[in-house]
Amino acid sequence: MAEFTLPANSVVKPGKLVKAPEGTTNVRRFVVYRYDPDDGQNPRTDTYEVDMDSCGPMVLDALLKIKDEMDSTLSLRRSCREGICGSCSMNIDGANTLACTQSIATIKGDVKVYPLPHQPVVKDLVSDLTNFYAQYAAIEPWMKTDTATPPDRERLQSRADREKLDGLYECILCACCSTSCPSYWWNGDRYLGPAALLNAYRWIVDSRDEATGERLDELEDPFKLYRCHTIMNCTKVCPKGLNPAKAIAATKKLLVQRKM
Amino acid sequence: MQDLRSPLSKVKGLGSAKDGTHHFWHQRLTSLLLIPLVLWLGFSLAAMPLEHVALLEWIRQPFVTVALLLLIFAVFYHAKLGLQVVIEDYVGTHSRRTLMLLLSSFLCLLIGIVGVVSVLKIAFGA
Repeated sequence: MAEFTLPANSVVKPGKLVKAPEGTTNVRRFVVYRYDPDDGQNPRTDTYEVDMDSCGPMVLDALLKIKDEMDSTLSLRRSCREGICGSCSMNIDGANTLACTQSIATIKGDVKVYPLPHQPVVKDLVSDLTNFYAQYAAIEPWMKTDTATPPDRERLQSRADREKLDGLYECILCACCSTSCPSYWWNGDRYLGPAALLNAYRWIVDSRDEATGERLDELEDPFKLYRCHTIMNCTKVCPKGLNPAKAIAATKKLLVQRKM
Repeated sequence: MQDLRSPLSKVKGLGSAKDGTHHFWHQRLTSLLLIPLVLWLGFSLAAMPLEHVALLEWIRQPFVTVALLLLIFAVFYHAKLGLQVVIEDYVGTHSRRTLMLLLSSFLCLLIGIVGVVSVLKIAFGA
Protein backbone atom coordinates (compact mmCIF):
# COMPACT_ATOMS: atom_id res chain seq x y z
CA MET A 1 0.00 0.00 0.00
CA ALA A 2 1.24 3.46 -0.82
CA GLU A 3 2.30 5.21 2.36
CA PHE A 4 2.97 8.92 2.12
CA THR A 5 3.50 9.67 5.80
CA LEU A 6 5.58 7.85 8.38
CA PRO A 7 3.83 5.99 11.22
CA ALA A 8 4.10 7.90 14.54
CA ASN A 9 6.79 5.58 15.91
CA SER A 10 8.92 5.99 12.76
CA VAL A 11 9.02 9.80 12.65
CA VAL A 12 12.67 10.85 12.70
CA LYS A 13 13.57 13.27 15.53
CA PRO A 14 16.70 15.37 15.98
CA GLY A 15 19.38 13.63 18.07
CA LYS A 16 22.68 14.60 19.65
CA LEU A 17 25.56 16.69 18.34
CA VAL A 18 29.09 15.33 18.66
CA LYS A 19 31.53 18.19 18.23
CA ALA A 20 34.95 17.98 16.61
CA PRO A 21 37.98 18.16 18.98
CA GLU A 22 39.22 21.65 19.98
CA GLY A 23 41.44 23.35 17.44
CA THR A 24 40.09 21.47 14.41
CA THR A 25 39.83 23.78 11.43
CA ASN A 26 38.62 21.65 8.49
CA VAL A 27 35.24 20.29 9.68
CA ARG A 28 32.34 18.67 7.81
CA ARG A 29 29.04 17.88 9.51
CA PHE A 30 27.56 14.40 9.01
CA VAL A 31 23.86 14.01 9.86
CA VAL A 32 23.35 10.30 10.39
CA TYR A 33 20.09 8.36 10.83
CA ARG A 34 20.10 6.35 14.07
CA TYR A 35 17.62 3.69 15.11
CA ASP A 36 17.89 0.99 17.72
CA PRO A 37 14.97 -1.49 17.79
CA ASP A 38 15.81 -2.45 21.39
CA ASP A 39 15.44 0.94 23.10
CA GLY A 40 11.81 1.61 22.11
CA GLN A 41 12.68 5.15 20.97
CA ASN A 42 11.85 6.83 17.67
CA PRO A 43 14.59 7.05 15.05
CA ARG A 44 16.76 10.18 15.34
CA THR A 45 19.48 11.96 13.38
CA ASP A 46 22.78 12.42 15.21
CA THR A 47 25.16 15.08 13.94
CA TYR A 48 28.91 14.44 13.93
CA GLU A 49 31.53 17.08 13.20
CA VAL A 50 34.32 15.23 11.46
CA ASP A 51 37.88 16.52 11.16
CA MET A 52 38.50 16.26 7.41
CA ASP A 53 42.27 16.74 7.80
CA SER A 54 42.50 13.25 9.26
CA CYS A 55 39.73 11.60 7.20
CA GLY A 56 39.74 9.77 3.87
CA PRO A 57 37.90 11.18 0.85
CA MET A 58 34.83 8.93 0.76
CA VAL A 59 31.67 8.93 2.89
CA LEU A 60 32.56 5.43 4.13
CA ASP A 61 35.89 6.77 5.43
CA ALA A 62 33.99 9.37 7.46
CA LEU A 63 31.45 6.85 8.78
CA LEU A 64 34.23 4.50 9.89
CA LYS A 65 36.07 7.41 11.50
CA ILE A 66 32.88 8.29 13.37
CA LYS A 67 32.49 4.69 14.51
CA ASP A 68 36.16 4.32 15.49
CA GLU A 69 36.76 7.66 17.16
CA MET A 70 33.46 9.38 18.02
CA ASP A 71 30.60 6.93 18.56
CA SER A 72 31.16 3.18 18.56
CA THR A 73 27.39 2.48 18.75
CA LEU A 74 26.91 3.41 15.06
CA SER A 75 26.03 0.33 12.98
CA LEU A 76 26.68 -0.01 9.26
CA ARG A 77 27.56 -2.72 6.78
CA ARG A 78 30.75 -2.55 4.74
CA SER A 79 33.28 -4.94 3.37
CA CYS A 80 35.40 -4.30 0.29
CA ARG A 81 35.59 -0.46 0.47
CA GLU A 82 36.04 -0.31 -3.33
CA GLY A 83 32.57 -0.63 -4.87
CA ILE A 84 32.52 -4.32 -5.67
CA CYS A 85 30.75 -5.98 -2.73
CA GLY A 86 27.64 -3.81 -2.52
CA SER A 87 27.50 -3.92 1.29
CA CYS A 88 27.65 -0.21 2.12
CA SER A 89 24.67 0.87 0.01
CA MET A 90 22.74 3.63 1.75
CA ASN A 91 20.98 6.91 1.07
CA ILE A 92 23.53 9.73 0.98
CA ASP A 93 22.61 13.34 0.24
CA GLY A 94 19.17 12.17 -0.91
CA ALA A 95 20.25 9.48 -3.36
CA ASN A 96 21.02 5.79 -2.95
CA THR A 97 24.66 4.97 -3.54
CA LEU A 98 27.66 3.14 -2.12
CA ALA A 99 29.28 4.99 0.77
CA CYS A 100 32.70 3.72 -0.33
CA THR A 101 32.57 5.29 -3.80
CA GLN A 102 30.70 8.48 -2.87
CA SER A 103 33.15 11.32 -2.45
CA ILE A 104 32.51 13.78 0.38
CA ALA A 105 33.89 16.73 -1.58
CA THR A 106 31.13 16.60 -4.22
CA ILE A 107 28.38 16.96 -1.58
CA LYS A 108 27.31 20.49 -0.68
CA GLY A 109 26.48 21.39 2.93
CA ASP A 110 25.84 18.81 5.64
CA VAL A 111 26.27 15.20 4.55
CA LYS A 112 22.97 13.46 5.26
CA VAL A 113 23.22 9.68 5.62
CA TYR A 114 20.14 7.45 5.86
CA PRO A 115 19.55 3.72 5.32
CA LEU A 116 18.08 2.52 2.01
CA PRO A 117 14.53 3.87 1.67
CA HIS A 118 11.40 1.87 2.42
CA GLN A 119 13.10 -1.23 3.80
CA PRO A 120 12.81 -2.50 7.38
CA VAL A 121 15.71 -1.14 9.45
CA VAL A 122 17.70 -3.64 11.50
CA LYS A 123 19.74 -0.92 13.21
CA ASP A 124 20.99 2.54 12.14
CA LEU A 125 22.19 2.24 8.52
CA VAL A 126 21.63 -1.52 8.27
CA SER A 127 18.45 -2.39 6.41
CA ASP A 128 16.84 -5.82 6.14
CA LEU A 129 17.17 -7.01 2.53
CA THR A 130 15.62 -10.47 3.01
CA ASN A 131 12.83 -9.76 0.52
CA PHE A 132 15.31 -8.28 -1.98
CA TYR A 133 17.53 -11.38 -1.88
CA ALA A 134 14.52 -13.70 -2.14
CA GLN A 135 13.46 -11.82 -5.28
CA TYR A 136 16.88 -12.46 -6.77
CA ALA A 137 16.56 -16.16 -5.90
CA ALA A 138 13.07 -16.21 -7.44
CA ILE A 139 14.37 -15.35 -10.93
CA GLU A 140 16.54 -18.49 -10.75
CA PRO A 141 19.85 -16.84 -11.66
CA TRP A 142 21.66 -19.85 -13.05
CA MET A 143 22.01 -21.46 -16.47
CA LYS A 144 19.20 -23.81 -17.43
CA THR A 145 19.69 -26.18 -20.33
CA ASP A 146 18.20 -29.34 -21.80
CA THR A 147 21.21 -30.00 -23.97
CA ALA A 148 23.83 -31.97 -22.04
CA THR A 149 27.13 -30.26 -21.27
CA PRO A 150 29.71 -31.08 -23.97
CA PRO A 151 31.98 -33.77 -22.45
CA ASP A 152 35.24 -32.23 -23.60
CA ARG A 153 34.80 -28.46 -23.29
CA GLU A 154 32.70 -25.62 -21.91
CA ARG A 155 29.50 -24.33 -23.59
CA LEU A 156 30.67 -21.99 -26.30
CA GLN A 157 29.35 -18.51 -26.94
CA SER A 158 30.15 -16.17 -29.83
CA ARG A 159 31.92 -12.95 -29.07
CA ALA A 160 28.82 -11.00 -30.19
CA ASP A 161 26.56 -13.00 -27.87
CA ARG A 162 28.94 -12.53 -24.96
CA GLU A 163 28.83 -8.77 -25.52
CA LYS A 164 25.06 -8.84 -24.91
CA LEU A 165 25.82 -9.60 -21.26
CA ASP A 166 27.92 -6.46 -20.81
CA GLY A 167 26.10 -3.93 -18.66
CA LEU A 168 24.16 -6.77 -17.01
CA TYR A 169 26.60 -9.18 -15.39
CA GLU A 170 28.31 -6.37 -13.44
CA CYS A 171 25.37 -6.00 -11.02
CA ILE A 172 26.58 -6.35 -7.41
CA LEU A 173 23.09 -6.58 -5.83
CA CYS A 174 23.60 -3.53 -3.62
CA ALA A 175 19.83 -2.76 -3.84
CA CYS A 176 20.38 0.94 -4.61
CA CYS A 177 18.15 0.67 -7.71
CA SER A 178 15.25 -1.32 -6.29
CA THR A 179 14.99 0.76 -3.12
CA SER A 180 15.01 4.00 -5.14
CA CYS A 181 11.97 2.92 -7.17
CA PRO A 182 8.56 4.28 -6.08
CA SER A 183 6.82 1.27 -7.63
CA TYR A 184 9.05 -0.92 -5.46
CA TRP A 185 8.17 1.16 -2.38
CA TRP A 186 4.43 0.73 -2.92
CA ASN A 187 4.39 -2.85 -4.24
CA GLY A 188 7.75 -4.35 -3.24
CA ASP A 189 6.01 -7.49 -2.01
CA ARG A 190 4.89 -8.39 -5.55
CA TYR A 191 6.96 -6.24 -7.95
CA LEU A 192 10.36 -7.90 -8.42
CA GLY A 193 12.17 -4.56 -8.71
CA PRO A 194 14.90 -3.36 -11.11
CA ALA A 195 17.76 -5.42 -9.67
CA ALA A 196 15.99 -8.78 -9.95
CA LEU A 197 14.60 -7.85 -13.38
CA LEU A 198 18.02 -6.78 -14.69
CA ASN A 199 19.41 -10.12 -13.56
CA ALA A 200 16.43 -11.97 -15.06
CA TYR A 201 17.21 -10.27 -18.38
CA ARG A 202 20.87 -11.22 -18.03
CA TRP A 203 19.74 -14.88 -18.26
CA ILE A 204 17.06 -14.21 -20.88
CA VAL A 205 19.66 -12.86 -23.34
CA ASP A 206 22.33 -15.42 -22.51
CA SER A 207 22.75 -17.39 -25.77
CA ARG A 208 23.67 -20.56 -23.84
CA ASP A 209 20.49 -20.61 -21.75
CA GLU A 210 17.64 -22.78 -23.03
CA ALA A 211 14.87 -21.61 -20.70
CA THR A 212 14.21 -18.21 -22.30
CA GLY A 213 10.50 -18.89 -22.82
CA GLU A 214 9.95 -20.16 -19.29
CA ARG A 215 11.82 -17.15 -17.89
CA LEU A 216 9.58 -14.78 -19.89
CA ASP A 217 6.50 -16.74 -18.75
CA GLU A 218 7.51 -16.25 -15.13
CA LEU A 219 7.95 -12.49 -15.58
CA GLU A 220 4.74 -11.90 -17.55
CA ASP A 221 2.65 -10.59 -14.72
CA PRO A 222 0.99 -7.23 -13.96
CA PHE A 223 2.95 -7.00 -10.70
CA LYS A 224 6.19 -8.95 -11.08
CA LEU A 225 7.26 -7.00 -14.21
CA TYR A 226 4.66 -4.47 -15.31
CA ARG A 227 4.81 -2.32 -12.17
CA CYS A 228 7.80 -0.73 -13.91
CA HIS A 229 6.57 2.60 -15.28
CA THR A 230 9.97 3.68 -16.63
CA ILE A 231 10.52 6.15 -13.79
CA MET A 232 14.30 5.67 -14.31
CA ASN A 233 15.39 6.23 -10.70
CA CYS A 234 17.11 2.84 -10.93
CA THR A 235 19.34 3.91 -13.80
CA LYS A 236 19.98 7.29 -12.22
CA VAL A 237 21.30 5.88 -8.94
CA CYS A 238 23.10 2.68 -10.02
CA PRO A 239 26.61 3.07 -8.56
CA LYS A 240 27.95 0.69 -11.20
CA GLY A 241 26.51 2.79 -14.05
CA LEU A 242 24.17 0.01 -15.24
CA ASN A 243 20.79 0.57 -16.85
CA PRO A 244 18.09 -1.65 -15.29
CA ALA A 245 15.32 0.42 -16.94
CA LYS A 246 16.70 -0.50 -20.37
CA ALA A 247 16.85 -4.19 -19.45
CA ILE A 248 13.23 -4.07 -18.26
CA ALA A 249 12.14 -2.28 -21.46
CA ALA A 250 13.96 -4.95 -23.50
CA THR A 251 12.14 -7.68 -21.55
CA LYS A 252 8.77 -6.02 -22.27
CA LYS A 253 9.75 -5.77 -25.93
CA LEU A 254 10.50 -9.51 -26.08
CA LEU A 255 7.13 -10.26 -24.48
CA VAL A 256 5.35 -8.19 -27.15
CA GLN A 257 7.55 -9.67 -29.88
CA ARG A 258 6.63 -13.26 -29.08
CA LYS A 259 2.94 -12.44 -29.48
CA MET A 260 3.32 -11.12 -33.04
CA MET B 1 2.13 -14.96 15.51
CA GLN B 2 5.44 -15.62 13.87
CA ASP B 3 5.32 -15.98 10.09
CA LEU B 4 6.95 -19.28 9.26
CA ARG B 5 6.76 -19.00 5.45
CA SER B 6 10.13 -18.69 3.74
CA PRO B 7 10.98 -15.36 2.04
CA LEU B 8 11.19 -17.18 -1.32
CA SER B 9 7.71 -18.64 -0.88
CA LYS B 10 6.35 -15.16 -0.15
CA VAL B 11 8.04 -13.66 -3.23
CA LYS B 12 6.79 -16.47 -5.50
CA GLY B 13 3.30 -15.94 -4.08
CA LEU B 14 0.58 -17.24 -6.38
CA GLY B 15 2.98 -17.37 -9.34
CA SER B 16 2.88 -15.51 -12.62
CA ALA B 17 -0.50 -14.36 -13.93
CA LYS B 18 0.86 -14.87 -17.50
CA ASP B 19 -0.80 -11.57 -18.31
CA GLY B 20 0.02 -7.90 -18.55
CA THR B 21 1.63 -7.73 -21.99
CA HIS B 22 -1.80 -7.31 -23.57
CA HIS B 23 -2.49 -4.37 -21.25
CA PHE B 24 0.95 -2.84 -21.86
CA TRP B 25 0.65 -3.12 -25.65
CA HIS B 26 -2.92 -1.81 -25.86
CA GLN B 27 -2.08 1.16 -23.64
CA ARG B 28 0.65 2.13 -26.10
CA LEU B 29 -1.48 1.48 -29.20
CA THR B 30 -4.33 3.63 -27.89
CA SER B 31 -1.95 6.44 -26.92
CA LEU B 32 -0.48 6.41 -30.46
CA LEU B 33 -3.97 6.45 -31.96
CA LEU B 34 -4.99 9.35 -29.71
CA ILE B 35 -2.23 11.68 -30.93
CA PRO B 36 -3.73 12.29 -34.43
CA LEU B 37 -7.33 11.99 -33.24
CA VAL B 38 -7.05 14.56 -30.46
CA LEU B 39 -5.12 16.96 -32.73
CA TRP B 40 -7.78 16.53 -35.42
CA LEU B 41 -10.61 17.20 -32.93
CA GLY B 42 -8.89 20.28 -31.51
CA PHE B 43 -8.12 21.85 -34.88
CA SER B 44 -11.56 20.99 -36.28
CA LEU B 45 -13.41 22.55 -33.36
CA ALA B 46 -11.17 25.62 -33.42
CA ALA B 47 -11.87 26.16 -37.13
CA MET B 48 -15.62 25.82 -36.75
CA PRO B 49 -18.28 28.40 -35.85
CA LEU B 50 -19.43 27.25 -32.41
CA GLU B 51 -23.16 27.00 -32.99
CA HIS B 52 -25.52 24.07 -32.53
CA VAL B 53 -26.72 23.46 -36.10
CA ALA B 54 -23.24 23.72 -37.62
CA LEU B 55 -21.91 21.27 -35.06
CA LEU B 56 -24.70 18.76 -35.81
CA GLU B 57 -24.07 19.05 -39.54
CA TRP B 58 -20.37 18.49 -38.96
CA ILE B 59 -20.93 15.36 -36.86
CA ARG B 60 -23.29 13.92 -39.52
CA GLN B 61 -20.50 13.75 -42.11
CA PRO B 62 -19.57 10.04 -42.41
CA PHE B 63 -15.84 10.63 -41.93
CA VAL B 64 -16.42 12.75 -38.82
CA THR B 65 -18.86 10.21 -37.34
CA VAL B 66 -16.35 7.40 -37.78
CA ALA B 67 -13.46 9.46 -36.42
CA LEU B 68 -15.48 10.57 -33.39
CA LEU B 69 -16.49 6.97 -32.61
CA LEU B 70 -12.87 5.90 -32.91
CA LEU B 71 -11.81 8.77 -30.66
CA ILE B 72 -14.40 7.93 -28.00
CA PHE B 73 -13.37 4.28 -28.06
CA ALA B 74 -9.66 5.10 -27.81
CA VAL B 75 -10.13 7.70 -25.06
CA PHE B 76 -12.18 5.51 -22.76
CA TYR B 77 -10.26 2.32 -23.42
CA HIS B 78 -7.04 4.22 -22.72
CA ALA B 79 -8.60 5.77 -19.60
CA LYS B 80 -9.68 2.35 -18.36
CA LEU B 81 -6.16 0.96 -18.83
CA GLY B 82 -4.56 4.01 -17.22
CA LEU B 83 -6.88 4.08 -14.22
CA GLN B 84 -6.19 0.37 -13.73
CA VAL B 85 -2.45 1.10 -13.42
CA VAL B 86 -3.01 3.92 -10.93
CA ILE B 87 -5.32 1.79 -8.79
CA GLU B 88 -2.97 -1.20 -8.87
CA ASP B 89 -0.09 1.09 -7.88
CA TYR B 90 -1.68 2.87 -4.97
CA VAL B 91 -4.52 0.76 -3.57
CA GLY B 92 -2.99 -2.01 -1.50
CA THR B 93 -5.93 -3.77 0.10
CA HIS B 94 -6.99 -6.56 -2.24
CA SER B 95 -10.75 -6.24 -1.74
CA ARG B 96 -10.71 -2.46 -2.09
CA ARG B 97 -8.49 -2.71 -5.16
CA THR B 98 -10.86 -5.18 -6.84
CA LEU B 99 -13.86 -2.97 -6.06
CA MET B 100 -12.17 0.15 -7.45
CA LEU B 101 -11.02 -1.68 -10.58
CA LEU B 102 -14.58 -2.82 -11.22
CA LEU B 103 -16.00 0.65 -10.58
CA SER B 104 -13.48 2.41 -12.84
CA SER B 105 -14.03 -0.11 -15.65
CA PHE B 106 -17.81 0.25 -15.45
CA LEU B 107 -17.55 4.03 -15.34
CA CYS B 108 -15.34 4.14 -18.46
CA LEU B 109 -17.66 1.72 -20.25
CA LEU B 110 -20.74 3.71 -19.26
CA ILE B 111 -19.41 7.11 -20.33
CA GLY B 112 -18.00 5.58 -23.51
CA ILE B 113 -21.36 4.08 -24.45
CA VAL B 114 -23.12 7.37 -23.70
CA GLY B 115 -20.66 9.07 -26.08
CA VAL B 116 -21.12 6.47 -28.82
CA VAL B 117 -24.92 6.55 -28.58
CA SER B 118 -24.88 10.36 -28.68
CA VAL B 119 -22.78 10.46 -31.84
CA LEU B 120 -24.87 7.74 -33.52
CA LYS B 121 -28.10 9.50 -32.56
CA ILE B 122 -26.89 12.70 -34.18
CA ALA B 123 -25.53 10.84 -37.21
CA PHE B 124 -28.63 8.77 -37.91
CA GLY B 125 -31.26 10.84 -36.08
CA ALA B 126 -33.91 12.80 -37.92
